[in-house]
Parts: sequence; C-alpha cells; structure tokens
Amino acid sequence: MAEVIHAQDRRRLLTLLGPAYLWLTLAVFLPLSAMLFFSFLSDMPGDAPDWGVTLGNYTQFLENPTYATLLWKSLKLGVTVTLFCIVIGYPCALVLAKSIKGRAREALFLMVILPFWSNSLVRIFSWAIVLRGNGVLERTLNWILPFDIRLNLMFTTEAVVIGLVHSYLPYVILTSYLALQAIDDDLIDAARSMGASKLTILNRLLLPLSLPGLLAGAVLVFVPVVGSFMEPRILGGRMGTYYGTVIEDQFVAVYNWPLGAALSFILLAVVLVILGAASPVLRRART
Amino acid sequence: MSQVEVRNVTKRFGRTVALDDVSIAFEDGGFFALLGPSGSGKTTLLRTIAGFHFPDSGSIRIGERNVEKVPVEKRDIGMMFQNYALFPNMSVAENVGFGLRVRKVGSAEETRRAREALELVQLGHLGDRRPSQLSGGQRQRVALARAIVTNPKVLLLDEPLSALDKTLRVDMQIELKRIQREVGITTIFVTHDQEEALTLSDRIGILRDGRIVQAGPPREVYNRPVDAFAAGFLGEANWLSEGALAGLTLPADPSGRRFATRPEALAISAAAPAPGMNAVRGQLVQRVFAGAMATCLVEVDGQPWKLIARDRDIPELPGDGAVWLAWAPQDTLVVPA
Repeated sequence: MAEVIHAQDRRRLLTLLGPAYLWLTLAVFLPLSAMLFFSFLSDMPGDAPDWGVTLGNYTQFLENPTYATLLWKSLKLGVTVTLFCIVIGYPCALVLAKSIKGRAREALFLMVILPFWSNSLVRIFSWAIVLRGNGVLERTLNWILPFDIRLNLMFTTEAVVIGLVHSYLPYVILTSYLALQAIDDDLIDAARSMGASKLTILNRLLLPLSLPGLLAGAVLVFVPVVGSFMEPRILGGRMGTYYGTVIEDQFVAVYNWPLGAALSFILLAVVLVILGAASPVLRRART
Repeated sequence: MSQVEVRNVTKRFGRTVALDDVSIAFEDGGFFALLGPSGSGKTTLLRTIAGFHFPDSGSIRIGERNVEKVPVEKRDIGMMFQNYALFPNMSVAENVGFGLRVRKVGSAEETRRAREALELVQLGHLGDRRPSQLSGGQRQRVALARAIVTNPKVLLLDEPLSALDKTLRVDMQIELKRIQREVGITTIFVTHDQEEALTLSDRIGILRDGRIVQAGPPREVYNRPVDAFAAGFLGEANWLSEGALAGLTLPADPSGRRFATRPEALAISAAAPAPGMNAVRGQLVQRVFAGAMATCLVEVDGQPWKLIARDRDIPELPGDGAVWLAWAPQDTLVVPA
C-alpha cells in the first residue's frame, strides 16, 4: 500500500470504499453535524421565531454546577461498571479460552452472548423484578438463609451498577476471549516447563499479551456507560439522575434540544480527552 | 544431569491408549531420539516425561527422584518446542532469563547466566532484540538457550528442527550436538525425521502404536532391526519375496522369517555377479541421477527395489533393462515374519 497508487487502483478503491463512506456520511456525520449546529442555537428553528446563534448552551454547563456534578457522577459510574466488568469478565474469558474445550465452550459462549440478543428494556425490567423488595432475590435468599433478611436494592446505585454490568459484560468477555485465545498454548507450556506458577504465567504472559483486548473491551464499556440513561432511570429511580438522563430529559421531556446537544458534545469531548490521555498506555499495550 | 527411567508407563486418552506399558531408560548425558510415525505416542511419551501428562500407571524417575506425580513446574526440566514458543512480549534476554527469575536467583546472576547461555548459542549480541526481530534459526537458538539456562536435569526437544529449511536444519543439528556435548545434559528428542535421529543421537527408540518397538544405538537398530516395521521405518528395506529365496545364502532358516536388503548394500550390474555373492535378477525401471549419488528403481519378482550408490560406481546398463542386483550374504536383514 505504501507504493504509488495508480489511477485504476484508486478508482477501484473508491468503488469499494464508496458505499461505506456514503453510509458513514448519512448515518453518522450528517446527524452529528446537525446536532453540533443545534448546540449553538438559542431555540429550535420553528419553535420560536426569534432563534439565533449563541454559546449560551455551553456556558450553562459552566454556570450551573449541577451538570458538572452529574458528569463527575457519571464518570465514576463508568469507572465502577468498567472495573466490575473487568473483574468478572476477564476471569470468565480466561477460563473460556484456556480451560474449557469443545461443546461446553460453545454452550457457555452462547450464554455469554445471550444478553446481546434480548431486548434491553426487557432485560432491565427483569432486573427490576429480581432486585425489588420481596422480589426474586430477596425471596430466594430468605428461602436459603435461616434468618430473615430485608433486601430492597431497587432504586439504588447498586441496582444501576448491576444492570449496567450485566448489559456490558459481554464486551469485556468477548474482546478478552479473542485476545487470550490467540495466545499459543505452547507459550504456557513453555513457561510451566521453566517452573513458572499459574500466577506468574498470568502476570507475566497472559495479562501482558491480552492487555490490548482487555483495554479495548474496557473502552467499549466505559464510553456508553458514561452516557447511559435507561438503566439509571428504570433501576435507579430517584437515585438514578445521571448526566445521561439529564441529556435525555432535554430531548424528550423539556424539549430543549440545543441544551441537550451541547451537553452531549461536552460529554463527547470529555470522553475523548480521557481516551486521549490514556492512549499512551493503550499504545504501549499493543506492542 | 541425570538418568531418566520410564518403567511400565501406560497412558490413555479416553479410549485411545497413547502409551502401552512403555519401559525405557535414558542414560546420563546421552542423546536419545524417539522416532516414530505420527500417532505412535512419541510426543505423548516426551510430554509425560516432562510432566504435562501424568501416567495412568507405571513410574518415571529423573535422577534419584520418582516424578510421576510431580507436575511439570516442579520437575526441573528444560524443554524446546516445535514452534519455539518464545514469549513475544519479552526481549531475548528476558526470555532466556525467565526461568532464572522464576527461581529468584537475583537480578545480577540472572543477567550473567542469561548472557552466558546466549553466548553458548552464539547470540550474545542479540539480547535486547524482540523474538519477532529474529530469523528462524536465531529463534531456535534462543529457545535452546532458554531451555538449558536453568541447568535442568534433562533437556526435552519436541521436533525442534522441523520448522527450519534443510540447510539451516543441518547447521542446527551440528550446533545442537555441539552444545549438548558441551553442557553434557541428558537429552531426549522427538522426531519423525529418521536422518535427523541417526545424525544426532547416540541411542534411538522406535515407537509404534504406543509401544517401543526397538531401542539401541543407531547403527545396531539400522543393521539389526527386530521386525519389519523397524526395518522399514529406519532406513529403507528391499523385501525378498519367498519365491526369490532359492539359491541365496541366507543367515537363518527361512521358515517364519523374512529377508531384506538395504538400498546401499546392493551392487547393480548387467552380467551375473561373482560367486559367493547373493544376487537376484530384476528389471530396471528408472535410474535417477542426483549429483554424487544415484538411485536405481528395479522391479524384482514383482517387488519394488531400490538401490543407492555413487553414480560413478554404477556401470553402463543394458538397453532392455535386465539387470542383476548383488549383495554380500552378511548384509541380509532378517526379521520375524
């Protein structure tokens, strides 16, 4: 590819890549541009006759500390959920990739992917049934445990975290699994023949070699969780006010699209800055 | 450096018997080749000695220690894998130092011994490279240095040279042999390449269907195979059909026995050979010239025979292809039918 691309090749390249770029333009670039445009308006054209261009939506974020507080809360939620996904997902991927073979692996894999195939609303309301007072979880625990226990997790931060971890766990498992599976079993055998314990093998071989996959999974979880609104709203109730739910409110309840758009772009910028700051670490992991 | 002794080891995977009552001893400081077709159990035997598999029954001794229940991490072995299995996330020096670090020898000693091992394989200058920056032969040497740096009791090689091209392989064979002698480590290696086995080892074990067919010095196994499989697997054998036996001087009673010759023991000629030699008539199928050596394919009483000789030793052969193949009676191989 480094050589000179001939005219004919360029034409072929264009034909092949054209549809993809067209689609990206239509589905991503245009809506995003429209949103960016909206974020600088004082009112939506058509709603108010005297709409104009303003920076007011962005200054609102600075003037009202609630937004920053909520953004910080959402970022913390993102970190928490990502950590839980890693702590639960990586060992799962490790067992799946290195310990289980054949049919059992396929069956387990299916169970990992299953959350992807169910409607997210159904999934979240199912958690509501499990987590609420006198719900499935409380009843089961009372049935097993000899003493009485009151457990109402509904409308707590824990419920939000549980719902989000369940939704996004497959990303970490899948990316880590792919990275782990690519590691030749002979490497592990070689390390063992040199006297390495399982922990040494994990720390010095498996983790470093699968880090790119693990980090890719972490990014895939972190970014959408910071902007999530459905799980916080349904499982969090009063506790579930996050940056994402505020944005959603601007679009569907308050109908202040310009402010919602501005808040969205601030979120996008913050996430990009975080990923940019982390990129040296990400790049080092790749080599 | 220790003697390794495998006694009555049986290993099953599900219903397949991978090792069937195998007993074999590997001498201290010796170079032992395990040879056999794929599925013969040679790799299973090596991995059982290494400790990746535990035998279902039987015992394994390394030095003075019974190890059949000791996991690989604690057996103190060095192993080299077919694809080298170098750690891609570590430098060459770190790869070699890995086993030392696991043993917590201290970083100064780790560096010193890793360098010594790399110098032994003549790669002292490449310690800072990544495995991906090395050629196939260099990776091979790093893998060897890594396997012997901890002074293991035994060095196990799993088809170590099969990924190299032919010239490089011959170089590495010589190198491997030199290093093995220098270090004096008991070495067991698995191969399906009979030439490699003959070149490198001072003892050979031929396996088939999870059993040791024959074990001994290469020359002995080659010249006195115990059965038809061993005769055909190590080297090539020209089988004498029963009808062709008349008039030949045979070293044993033909009943219940089969006879064969090695391709290089034969002489080809247009005229009947001198008396005292064994000879059969045949029809020349093809003469293949390969520089110094030549191969003749001859049909003898319906059997395909092969002769290998220096090209200059093969006389002018008649156009109709009717030839004599002659060999000294003591060069006849005898195996039970």
